[in-house]
Amino acid sequence: MVAGLLTYAIIKYRAKDVDSQSEPAQIYGSTQIELAWTVIPVLIVIVLFLTTARLIFAIQDAPEPESALNVTVVGHQFWWEFRYPKLGIVTANELHVPLSNNQAPLPTYLTLLSADVDHSFWVPQLAGKTDLIPNRVNTTWINPLQPGLYVGQCAQFCGVQHALMLLRVYVDTPEKFAEWVKNQQQPAVEDPRVAAGRRAFETQACMNCHTIQGTAATGRFGPDLTHLMSRQTLGAGAAANNSQNLRQWIKDPGTFKSGCLMPAMQLSDEQIDQLTDYLSTLR
Amino acid sequence: MSTALAAPAAYEGEWRPPYRGRIAMFALITGESALFTIFVVAYLFYIGKSLSGPTPQQVLEVPIFGTICLLSSSLTIWLAERAIARNRLNAFAFWLGFTICLGLIFLGGTAIEWHKLIYRDGLTISTNLFGTTYYSLVGLHASHVIIGLTMLTILFLFTIAGRVGEQHAERIAVLALYWHFVDAVWVVVFTVVYILGR
Amino acid sequence: MSENSLPLAGSIEAASSSGSAGTILEWLHEWVVTVDHKRLGILYIVYAIFFLLVAGAQAIAIRIQLAVPGNHFLSAQAYNRFFTMHGTTMVFLVGMPILFGFANYIVPLQVGARDMAFPRLNAFSFWLTAFGGLFLYYSFIGGGGLYGVGSAPDVGWWAYAPLTARAFSPGHATDYWALALILSGFGTLGTAINIIATVISMRCKGMTMMRLPLFSWLMLVVSGLTLVTITPLTAAQIMLVIDRYLGGHFFDTQAGGSAVVWMHFFWIFGHPEVYVLVLPAFGIANEVIPVFSRKAIFGYPAMVAASVGIAFISLSVWAHHMFTVGMTSFSNTFFVLSTMLVGIPTGIKIFNWLATIWGGKIRFATPMLFCTAFLFQFLLAGLTGIMLAVAPWNWQLHNSYFVVAHFHYVLVGAIVFCIFAAIYYWYPKATGRMLSEKLGKWHFWLFLIGFHVTFDTMHFLGILGMPRSIYTYQPDRGWNTLNMIVSLGGIIQAIAVLIFAFNLVWAYFRGKEAGNDPWDAWTLEWDTTSPPPSYNFAQEPIVRSRRPLWDVKHPEDPDWEYES
Repeated sequence: MVAGLLTYAIIKYRAKDVDSQSEPAQIYGSTQIELAWTVIPVLIVIVLFLTTARLIFAIQDAPEPESALNVTVVGHQFWWEFRYPKLGIVTANELHVPLSNNQAPLPTYLTLLSADVDHSFWVPQLAGKTDLIPNRVNTTWINPLQPGLYVGQCAQFCGVQHALMLLRVYVDTPEKFAEWVKNQQQPAVEDPRVAAGRRAFETQACMNCHTIQGTAATGRFGPDLTHLMSRQTLGAGAAANNSQNLRQWIKDPGTFKSGCLMPAMQLSDEQIDQLTDYLSTLR
Repeated sequence: MSTALAAPAAYEGEWRPPYRGRIAMFALITGESALFTIFVVAYLFYIGKSLSGPTPQQVLEVPIFGTICLLSSSLTIWLAERAIARNRLNAFAFWLGFTICLGLIFLGGTAIEWHKLIYRDGLTISTNLFGTTYYSLVGLHASHVIIGLTMLTILFLFTIAGRVGEQHAERIAVLALYWHFVDAVWVVVFTVVYILGR
Repeated sequence: MSENSLPLAGSIEAASSSGSAGTILEWLHEWVVTVDHKRLGILYIVYAIFFLLVAGAQAIAIRIQLAVPGNHFLSAQAYNRFFTMHGTTMVFLVGMPILFGFANYIVPLQVGARDMAFPRLNAFSFWLTAFGGLFLYYSFIGGGGLYGVGSAPDVGWWAYAPLTARAFSPGHATDYWALALILSGFGTLGTAINIIATVISMRCKGMTMMRLPLFSWLMLVVSGLTLVTITPLTAAQIMLVIDRYLGGHFFDTQAGGSAVVWMHFFWIFGHPEVYVLVLPAFGIANEVIPVFSRKAIFGYPAMVAASVGIAFISLSVWAHHMFTVGMTSFSNTFFVLSTMLVGIPTGIKIFNWLATIWGGKIRFATPMLFCTAFLFQFLLAGLTGIMLAVAPWNWQLHNSYFVVAHFHYVLVGAIVFCIFAAIYYWYPKATGRMLSEKLGKWHFWLFLIGFHVTFDTMHFLGILGMPRSIYTYQPDRGWNTLNMIVSLGGIIQAIAVLIFAFNLVWAYFRGKEAGNDPWDAWTLEWDTTSPPPSYNFAQEPIVRSRRPLWDVKHPEDPDWEYES
């Protein structure tokens, strides 16, 4: 409306060369008009504010139902750790949650922590973002009503590879979710054919940073690799999870994500092959 | 060329906008107050949040004597201001010198206090949150005392060299305003650190 | 408005002063030791325009990198330094200096004074600010050197803790950021104090506070706001340096420190800072719009009250930058309210400008073109601002390109447009020559088109979920075409700015002579030669109204009969 009035004014009140010498009537102000255009915006603000306030309380202070799934999210530079405390699952970068519905809601409540700097959990199609701040506990919730894959990424600049701290949230039907949970709760696959790779993993520095359930590797600095092959991407979305990329990642993560905190371990080609073969079995 | 403004040939009545030095000092004080406020807020926020190390209750001793000296120095500098306004130069020099001494005593007290905290209690700026916020806030104030004392001393040196007279009274009042500000900040810091924080 | 009718008849003519000769060294020396507010004003503005070109180049580099997904034009490290430096430069080395530069030049003239209240402090403040900027840029070559883009800050212009802690930012990038800004912050404080003292204590006879030209009023308000805005940043930066060098724990989350405290302190600075940047733009509009509509500003007292109101309310809104941090619903609600409230006096100002134009005789010289665009763009920016104030929307839009679009709409669409208007308006006063209207119109239309191509489109990128501060993005997110369009708009703007830079230089040597008062304006700066002599006015002016020159030009209908 204001823009319309402005447009009208600049067209109608253009100077015409004919009368360029005289000045128009000088009007210094008008108390009534000014009062009107103060009061009306105040009323608009009041209405807008009350509506907004109601919504804020409804979202932030929504009581957590019994049926809610609890997931703890820990932000790291530059990956996501997901822990399901009641289910005994630890995974990374790809979050699986059950489908909810309006009759018997099954929301997922996320507890948000950070191991290092500020991050922010943002999957636009599921919810607004909430920050992960070290030495602070934040919470948020999602209540997805459509199954499928939802993508997002870290939304608070957290360092050099902030751009490649991607999120994949799989909203699974109850059956698929139960299946996923069951698989994740198993310890790592033990395939004797890749024993050499497992030994390499346990004797190189890998185990200092990574955990593989059921082995001696219990490191917490990097993602849990127990079910690495159940994920679609490597490096929180830096590359597709296939054998060739996996090999290159182990050789030099900087190829895909320069500045990420996993160093190139200067391993021999043979060791890298063994490790790749081993990790490829961890479904 | 501004001869075009012929409308009023002269301005009727007196035109006396405020003295610019005083305005500038008030502006500086406003800015400095904001600076101190942030450090005070940080101090208050972090009370009780240290994860380790000595606590205020354990190591802080209330600096009563230093505080009395510093707050009295506001009185003495006010007396100095009055003296110079009446062109009583000896009295001015006396009260100014007294003010400087009181300020130095305050600083000395702070130095002794810090010596004790560092060497006997093991509290440094990096020990814990209390150490960080304490030394920052008190240190920020002390640095402003030092700046004030430096300016007062320069004024004192000019005074005993006979270069200061009644015509400088207004400027001296501006400097005194800074000193009063430093004292007022100490009232706040003292309350926050030695009363609220313990 | 054709070139031939400028300068306007009816303006007051006088012979302009001639420049002095002398060697290059003498000329340089004069400029280095000057305490003349006009010279310092020009130094600030030239300094700012130089950094405008530098930061603009950084923006172009950013846009080239983002034009296509998965691009390799800039590495992640280089990109992060570029966007950090782009923001830091634009706010501290362009915005602040150019606006305070205009204040330096214009305010003493408008209040009828001979110079600023404290000329030597003025010079000191400028050189401090300038040194701070050069120190910041030294970071590109200091330390690691140019390869790998040196040690330029790479933590975002907001430098959130604990990313800035020694543990997560080893090296000196963060130190350059903190120390350079602490230094130039002192310079800014000095200038703010100077402006306040000048406006309050150096007004010529008869110029009561309610007869002050609105640009000077707004610079007074801005200077007051600056005092309580920059100092929190300085405090936070001192705390950061204490953390990094003395082992302090202000923001050390491992020792119980709080990352959120940094955010509070930064935004207690950061939000009023944007009002420090925009209020002078309002001041410029308050000068240009009446002169080119040929009417007095509508509702002068309300404009003053609204400006003061904006300054005060702006101190209470900062945490609308922190809606996603997990504050309580009560806190979030408070900041929603305060943010919406600040929109009210701002809206009032827009209505007053509209009423000023209404019934006028608008002359669309280049300054007015820029101010007209400003009105539309600022209106839209205000609306997206209100959208962002609605916290639930903010939870989606925060840290997305919607926010980037919103604040560029204000910073470029409102502030830079007004700065361009100010340059076209006051360049003749400072140099005695008119800028080319033809080049001015090319500059305006190209910049307008480029601005809208870039920033209108950018809103949609935010709505589609693209976060900010990312050096690249995935090809399957649906952002590819829009990013390309945004980047192309940037190129158009760059061309426009180059035309502008050319105009500035060309007109200095070949521009038409301006005379005292080429725009037929009404405030005191037009009552002396172009450029003014070093003492500004031969006699101290005496005024009886808000528009002293109107009274002189219209003795049958002077303002002082109507002003209350």
